Parts: sequence; structure tokens; C-alpha cells
Amino acid sequence: MITAGIDIGSITAKAAVLNDGHILGTRLMFTGYDARQAGKTVMAELLQAAGVQREEIRAVVATGYGRNTVDFANKTITEITCHAAGGHFINPKVRFIIDVGGQDSKVIRLDENGRVLDFAMNDKCAAGTGRFLEVMARALEVDLDKFGEICLAAKHPAKISSICTVFAESEVISLIAQGEMRENIIAGIHDSVASRISAMAKRVGVVAPVMMTGGVAKNIGAVKALENKLETPIQVSEYAQINGAIGAALLARNLSP
Amino acid sequence: MVDPEKKDTDKESRKIKSVARMKEIMTQYYIEAKTAGQTGKKVAWITSGGPVEFLIAMDVIPVYPENHGAMIGASKMGVGLCEKAEEMGYSRDLCSYARSDIACAAINGGPIGGLPRPDFLVCCNNICGTVMKWYEAVSRYYHVPLFILDTPFIHTRFSDAAKRYVIDQTYEYIRFLEEQCGKKMDMDRMREVGKLAVSGLRLWQEVLDTAAHKPAPMTAFDAFFHLALIVTLRGTQITVDYYRQLKQEMEERIRKGIAMVPNEKYRLLWDNLPVWYKTRWLSEKFSSRDACLAGDTYTSAWSGVLDLIDENNFIETGSVAYSSVYINVSLDMMFDTLKKLIEKYDVDGLVMHSNRSCKPYSFGQYDLAKMVMKKLNIPTLILEADMVDERSFSDSQIETRIDAFMETLAGKR
Ligand code: SF4
Repeated sequence: MITAGIDIGSITAKAAVLNDGHILGTRLMFTGYDARQAGKTVMAELLQAAGVQREEIRAVVATGYGRNTVDFANKTITEITCHAAGGHFINPKVRFIIDVGGQDSKVIRLDENGRVLDFAMNDKCAAGTGRFLEVMARALEVDLDKFGEICLAAKHPAKISSICTVFAESEVISLIAQGEMRENIIAGIHDSVASRISAMAKRVGVVAPVMMTGGVAKNIGAVKALENKLETPIQVSEYAQINGAIGAALLARNLSP
Repeated sequence: MVDPEKKDTDKESRKIKSVARMKEIMTQYYIEAKTAGQTGKKVAWITSGGPVEFLIAMDVIPVYPENHGAMIGASKMGVGLCEKAEEMGYSRDLCSYARSDIACAAINGGPIGGLPRPDFLVCCNNICGTVMKWYEAVSRYYHVPLFILDTPFIHTRFSDAAKRYVIDQTYEYIRFLEEQCGKKMDMDRMREVGKLAVSGLRLWQEVLDTAAHKPAPMTAFDAFFHLALIVTLRGTQITVDYYRQLKQEMEERIRKGIAMVPNEKYRLLWDNLPVWYKTRWLSEKFSSRDACLAGDTYTSAWSGVLDLIDENNFIETGSVAYSSVYINVSLDMMFDTLKKLIEKYDVDGLVMHSNRSCKPYSFGQYDLAKMVMKKLNIPTLILEADMVDERSFSDSQIETRIDAFMETLAGKR
């Protein structure tokens, strides 16, 4: 059975099409200001890239903050449940998922069937999210894609103590003024994000193996900083950013059309 | 297809009829309070957990800034008033009841144009430490005397010395009232009020207990509304009569099979104060997901200490009992209460409102959630918000959490 999942996040829109547990194709684009249109476009591009006809798709599940704007979806399911399903599909052994996206981060503890046991979300504040990294990369005039790599060279990570994004930014600026090495500042920034996320993860109770998903999972610096904080290795699949959409497509299988 | 007319009559039949009477009583109460200056009655402001019975016995009109705060929240006037208080110099971290109420006093604003001026103040710190500073500010503002009833925090047990301490203050409280009112307390009247208070508390508890029935004839959202009398007019015949009527209505609903949530499938327990400006929104959200918030820790806080009151000796047991309210005891004791409620209402999950305003209530929620999971295997949803200040509420974020939690509960079945 061919099903699709659409994940409309604050920054990117993702889509995946599956046929009975096989990924036929995935797609990712910027959401832009029109989430409704983004859903339609990402779906159309996905079908074309995967060579699947619209009529072949039996069910569509939408997820993400923009899930309610996807009017062609048969059902909406939250990111929590979708990420759990996606992570479980990629690696059934995974018991804990850390999803860090543009505007929020969440941690999910799941059982051996991929069902959610507990979760927590940070969506009150930009600290501990992709947005925080974005703001800091801009302040340091570093390309976001290279941001994580640079900090691996740090010898003495700087200490960023403020948890507020705006205050942290001025802290960073004064560190620059003091002539602190860029890689040390960047490492400090990643540590700060990791502290926020690990506190939330520990509240729910971390159980290995741990997987990281979402856009920030592509950032090696963030992954390493989190591994240090949680003292456990973290897996990142090639589908990290598409994980929610894959989960949505998998859950669409349960819908009897 | 669902017949739209049929649907409407269902909705109509689910409405609680007593609401009209309740509104009447509260309107009458506020009119009386606001016109006290003309009728020569004394007005005292008192904290929600304070022993109001003594005021009733002295024929003083009790006025509740916290109940007023709830009204401000429900009428969505919280943000404007909180901002006003912040302009006056009060920190945004201060409880939003205090902020909005102080602002109301300053500008005669809010849903009823401000509370009537107090002749004196009664502050009992069994609910929090905020009220002490808040009432001190009010006392300075209006130049009126303040009586503070200090109730020790209960860690493990209520020692005899601590009880004595509270009882001594109760007698002091009586002397304070006699001085303010210029008359002796009529002890027969006080005994009668004490008995009425106990009857009221008992009936209120019985009303809440009806929600243990499946499906529940009322939800915590209804309890939030009907609670007002047990707080404000405890110890009066009106309250006793009203809750008797409400209880009868609930029993009738049970007999007729009228449920508040049309397809009650999940039962939940609410913790902390309501989110006053979002009660309907939240109630509809949960209801549309077939979830009934059958009980809560908040509305049962007053009657939760019922067993500790000797109705024949209210003077020496009333304040002592009120010292043991849900938020003046240790986490272990709070857990015991939670456990009882979880079992009584037979719920599938706990919904905790992590209330930015009310620190004593919100502090420890994560630990309690863990204890509830570990010992009772009941999952918890934590919603970060504020009871009056809407700036701490985000619809889409709260909705995602509720949806995710309901999906988790569905997955468990
Ligand atoms: S801090 Fe809590 S208990 Fe104290 S007045 Fe505010 S809401 Fe009431």
C-alpha cells in the first residue's frame, strides 16, 4: 500500500512516500510564509521525483506545526507520534528520540513497538532550538552548514551562561570583543544548546539507544555536545530531517480508506 | 448523517441548569459588597484559603481579590491589568492575581470596576507567601489594618505545638474582628456558622464526587465555575442550599444518563488553578478528543480537609484544618492526595497546569508526575501557562501537546 506523509515545520516542509515499508522518495523545501501552499508544492514535487501518481496514494497523514493547513490529508497526527514511528522504523532498537527543529525541540521515550511512553517539548523559548544556532551563526558571520564542524576544533569551549537567546547573543558579542577564538565561542554555543536539551531529556528519562532527528541533527557539533552531556552515543540516520514525514507516511497505513 | 437539530438539543440537555441560580447569587453578593458603604456593613478582603467563617459570624462582607482575579482572567482583561501593574513597578514574575488586582485598585478597572474598599484585611498564608506581601501593599494603599494568620508548612505531621500556635492566632483573630467591628462575637452565631460551613463543604465534596460516575455528569471545568460559593460564602445557608440543589441536579443527570462529555472515553485529572481565559477552549479541546477531566486537585482543596474539622468546635479546629490544604503540605502528602483522586475518579492520565503565577502549586509538579508514573503507572501531560496572564499561553503549542498526549493514551489501549 502506497502512503504519504507531510511534515510542515516552521522552516522546512518535508514529504515522504512509502510502499509497505519501503521508502519510494522524500522531498524537502522551505516552508516560506504560505504553509498551505508549501504542503501542496512539496507533495507535487515528491510525486514527480518518486514517479508516483496521485491516485496510487491510498492515504496521507500530515504532521508538524502546519499540519492543519494540509487540507488534502486524511488525518493529522502530532510530530511526537510521527517521530516515534519514524525513528522506530529506521531502527527498531531505538528507545529515545531527540528532535531538534527550527522553532522547538522535543524528546520522546518509546517502547519496543515504537509507541510513545513519555515526551516533553520546549517551545516556549528559542534557546535549545535551531533558531538559537541560527541567530548565533549570524552574529559570528559563519555559514550555518559549517557551524557545527568548526567547534570540533575548539580547545577550550567558552562558557555561555545566559539561557535567553537575546542575552546569549550579547554575551557572544562581548566574547568576540575580548578576542576569544571563534571555534571556542562556537563550541560554547553548542554546549549551551545541548545543556537545555539534555535537561529536558533527563526529565523524561534517557534510555539508550538514542537517536537524533530534525534539522539540527545534521549539525555534528550539536550532536557531539549532546553526546557529551548525555554520556551516550547518539545515532543520526540519513533521513533525520525527514523522519517525521516518514513516520506520518507509516501511520497512514493504519487508516482504512 | 447527524441531524443538526438533534445535536443542538443534546448540547442543550447537557447544560447545567443550576448555573443560572449561581449567577444570581454571585451577582447579589457583589452588589451587596459594592454597596456596603451605603448599608453600613463592614467589608474585609480575605485570601481564598483563610477562615472566612469568622467574618460571616461577625456579619462582615468578605471580599476575595483572588475570586476577583479569576473574574478578570475569565473576562480576558488580565493582560491589560498585568501590564498596568508592571508599569507601576511590580515584577512580571509576581502572581497575576496580585498584579491584576493591584492594578484594578489603582484605576478602578476590571470587569466590575474594582472591588469595594476594604475596612480591614485578613491574610492567611496557608496558600502562599505572595499574599503576605500583596496584602501588605493593599494595607498601605488603603491605610487599613491587616491581620495575618500564619499557618506553618506541614512537612510530615502537624505537631501539637504548631496546632496550638494556629489556635492561639484564631483567638487573636477573633479579638481583632471584635475590635474592628466594635462588638463582641456572638458565640452561638459562630457555632451555627461553623456547622453551616461544614455542611457546605460536605455537600460540595458530594457534588464533586458525582463525577466519579462513568460517564461523569460534570467535569472539572464545571467545578471551576461552581466553586465560587464554597470559597466566598462558606458558612452561609445560601451556600448549603445551592450545593444541595446542584447535587440533586447531578444525581438526576446520572439517573438520566446525561454526560458532560458526549463520548467519554478517557478520564483525566487536572492539577493546579484553571487557565481562566481558556476554560471553554480547553474544555472543548478535551471534549472533542473524548476526554473528560473528571476531577481536579484545585476545587477539592477546600473540602479536602473536611475530616479535620470538628463541626462542634469550629473555633479550635477550623483554622487548623485549613493549614493542611493541598499546597501547604509536603510532596509526599500531595502525592497521597493525588493518588486518592486518581483512584476515586479512575483516570487514565494527569494534566498538570504548570502555572507561571502560582509557584507553590507548580513547584514539584515534575517530581509528582514522576511519582505518579512510577507508583501508579499514570502518564502526565504538563501544560505551561498562567491562570490570568494570557501572554504565557500559546494555542498551537498547547494544542500539539494535548493532541500528542491523547495519541499516547490511545496507543496504550
Ligand atoms: S501565588 Fe498562587 S496561591 Fe498565592 S495568590 Fe497567587 S495563585 Fe493564589
